[in-house]
Amino acid sequence: MKRAFPILGILTAILLSYALYLALVGAPTEQTMGDVQRIFYYHVPSAWTAFILFFANFGASVYYLIKRCPKADIVALVSAEVGVVFCTVVLVTGPIWARPVWGIWWTWDMRLTSTLVLWLIYVSYLFLRRFSSSGQTPLLAAALAVLGALCVPFVYFSIWFFRTQHPQPVMGGGGSIDPRMLHVLLINWLAFSCFAFLVCWSRYRLETLQREVDEAHAFRSLTDDPRSNR
Amino acid sequence: MITNGYLFAAYAATWIIHIAYLGTLVRRYSRLKREIEDLKRK
Repeated sequence: MKRAFPILGILTAILLSYALYLALVGAPTEQTMGDVQRIFYYHVPSAWTAFILFFANFGASVYYLIKRCPKADIVALVSAEVGVVFCTVVLVTGPIWARPVWGIWWTWDMRLTSTLVLWLIYVSYLFLRRFSSSGQTPLLAAALAVLGALCVPFVYFSIWFFRTQHPQPVMGGGGSIDPRMLHVLLINWLAFSCFAFLVCWSRYRLETLQREVDEAHAFRSLTDDPRSNR
Repeated sequence: MITNGYLFAAYAATWIIHIAYLGTLVRRYSRLKREIEDLKRK
């Protein structure tokens, strides 16, 4: 396992570089928007990756609520944290695309607002985990995660059910895309998914180590002879 | 030749966000390593 990480890291770096090359050079230029449309190759895969991570958080939280398994709690924490990073990318790259295309940075339309709400829910989740010292924190966080996950399909389907300014979905929503663009989009998604997996793996190891150290501190404080401090 | 400022801003912002997060992980890991060494010494 220790050897697999650097190998996967190198492969992911190569894949990300290739995906970047395809996004900037390989993909055809869109006729109406021009080069600014290429933001889509980072924006959409980041959104999909964030959704997958929030679903992983949901699955791990449900498992934790049923089995009280500490590993599931770690998976829930890690997937939410990395998911928030990817969702931040979505919220930053979206307005950078919108400014030249729509003429505005932001509008309170359903897709944009629901994505912001989703981000705020998971940031609250991380705040709860970071600042609550109660023994019930993993349980409360798992309950919040289950409610937060309900927002994910709402964000995805908001452009189907509401009239919004946001472009229609790339797949399954009646929109069409040039097959060469779709290929670049999927390669970028694969690259970002591999990157997200590696980041989650590192964060999982870090959290496991942190909990072991916390346990060692707790054990030491219990076993230390109080008279030795006098 | 692509010379769109918005495009580069978006790509740069993406990598700045990811690198900043990876930076926090590295910092947390070094702090943890120091804590482990302290625990071993005591």
